[in-house]
Amino acid sequence: MNKPPETAAAPRTEPIQSATFTPAVNAEIRRAAATGIYDIRGGGTKRAVPHFDDLLFLGASVSRYPLEGYRETCDTSVTLGTRYAQNPIKLHIPITIAGMSFGALSGPAKEALGRGATAAGTSTTTGDGGMTAEERGHSDKLVYQYLPSRYGMNPDDLRKADAIEMVVGQGAKPGGGGMLLGQKISDRVADMRNLPKGIDQRSACRHPDWTGPDDLEIKLTELREITQWKIPIYVKIGATRPYFDTTLAVKAGADVVVIDGMQGGTAATQDVFIEHVGLPTLACIRPAVKALQDLGMHRKVQLVVSGGIRNGADVAKAMALGADAVSIGTAALIALGDNDPKWEAEYQALGTTAGAYDDWHEGNDPAGITTQDPELMARLDPIEAGRRLKNYLKVLTLEAQTIARACGKNNLRNLEPEDLCALTIEAAAMAGVPLAGTSWIPGAEAPF
Amino acid sequence: MQIIDLDQTDLRQANAQLQNQNTATKLTAWQILNPKGAHAIAVGLDAPIDVTVEGSTGYYCAGMNKQARLRINGSVGPGVAENMMSGTVIIEGDASQYAGATGHGGLLVIKGNASSRCGISMKGIDIVVHGNIGHMSAFMGQSGTMVVCGDAGEALGDSLYEAKLFVRGAVKSLGADCIEKEMRPKDLAEVQALLERAESTAKPSEFKRYGSARKLYNFDVDHAGDY
Repeated sequence: MNKPPETAAAPRTEPIQSATFTPAVNAEIRRAAATGIYDIRGGGTKRAVPHFDDLLFLGASVSRYPLEGYRETCDTSVTLGTRYAQNPIKLHIPITIAGMSFGALSGPAKEALGRGATAAGTSTTTGDGGMTAEERGHSDKLVYQYLPSRYGMNPDDLRKADAIEMVVGQGAKPGGGGMLLGQKISDRVADMRNLPKGIDQRSACRHPDWTGPDDLEIKLTELREITQWKIPIYVKIGATRPYFDTTLAVKAGADVVVIDGMQGGTAATQDVFIEHVGLPTLACIRPAVKALQDLGMHRKVQLVVSGGIRNGADVAKAMALGADAVSIGTAALIALGDNDPKWEAEYQALGTTAGAYDDWHEGNDPAGITTQDPELMARLDPIEAGRRLKNYLKVLTLEAQTIARACGKNNLRNLEPEDLCALTIEAAAMAGVPLAGTSWIPGAEAPF
Repeated sequence: MQIIDLDQTDLRQANAQLQNQNTATKLTAWQILNPKGAHAIAVGLDAPIDVTVEGSTGYYCAGMNKQARLRINGSVGPGVAENMMSGTVIIEGDASQYAGATGHGGLLVIKGNASSRCGISMKGIDIVVHGNIGHMSAFMGQSGTMVVCGDAGEALGDSLYEAKLFVRGAVKSLGADCIEKEMRPKDLAEVQALLERAESTAKPSEFKRYGSARKLYNFDVDHAGDY
């Protein structure tokens, strides 16, 4: 007897994954339910936010003429700290290395940053853990961060610095402090921070001895008195209210204002903080520049922008919007060798993959950069890594020059908003440049 | 005696004069007149000199002091002796907020009262207060010793690491992870020695010791509510 013919399945709705409760969201809910603690990670925001990729340069054509790529000069030098300091910082390129702590990074990684930055003619910056001898020794220009924790802070190192950076906040966590988990508190790190080995180190979110702009002014004066007005003082701000914060930093006496957008990395903080507090870098440059212009201080107090700078186009775009220089952190780590696919097997063993590894606070970095483990640290050759960073900085500079010449500019700082248009309405509004193919600048009727 | 009159000399010049002294200096006695509440007086010193300030000062007097011995014949504003490394700073009057903040070493003596956040984030400094201290004092204190002859305000020693606290009077409340501990013979000796250096006649046996319970040293979700 013949089998009855298979009945066609009744029409069914295809299974549809929720766009709200995505697999990643659900996994995080399960992780939170299992552990009872928020996710801590390093880096900056990972989600897509309007960025420099949403801007395009308008190269020269008939209405303006370009400069010859290899024959006509395009100056890249910048001097930071011309307002009060006797000895401003003169850099060959407008790309500096952002503050990253010894503790978060290994000693050899800090050395590599110093070597690369020095070879490229730029500065590097200490972090929440004080100044190490190898960092000072290998950095021609070293900016000493003045942080709420004051770990390792002392007047001798302060006077050895080429500049001081008063850290009010950072883009990954404006309003937040830091945390270095116990496994990264080696004897040396513990000693530099006056803490027992192996305990979690909590960095405060506010400075212990000043609050608010009036105190800040007095605090900066004290630091100037201690350093006899010789070196510049930067004020670093996590981007949230860039117009007002820049205004107040200038009023407090900053020589340089550093604005760090939410793509800027941190060594460790809550993922919810990284992803939901702060402004994209693109959104904070124009208000900060406007603040400087309103005070008559644009180019007198220099503006450094950081957070998600990856290539020479990003450098050029930030400068066209009014920055005097940019700063890189995450990109510098990648240049050193962070998240390199050659360690993929080890990333997999840690439950992640190259490019996505962000548990920098745990100290297990296969690339040997964000660790204090002697075996892992030994994987990074500071000379070789420093050379990679130098190469990368050179490429950023050449790329930015290429664009500037195409726009007819013989100095990177001559780039201007007028050289740009935007691909999206959001980017047009944030950058204050016209939507491509139009003369429409959304929000121009209500600027800061 | 070298005299700097701040009515005649500007602050930058005054500080530079003091900062330019080194360990070998023969100019070891200095007097500062007419401070009139100015900020950042005698900051960043690094020589074994005696400096007397005749009057009250503003913020950050004796900031980041090394080696120098300062005596302020008046009261001081916020952040006196902040981040002090060594030396001695004695305040004859009262001190405002954050006295001795983040100090790494040396001795700070406040003969009057200290306001809130005295010894915040202390990292090795010794602080003796003859009077009372305000709220949140010794917050996140990492190391060093604080001796308070009077009372302490709310949340004493919140998030304390290894700093040692001794209070003779009442403590309004203890901060997170700060507990009372037994007074041992070596504690009595330490308090005695500090009181003597601080020109106090208080009796060590009248003090209680407070320190970290060390429950928050490594994150544990079951202690999250204690923060």
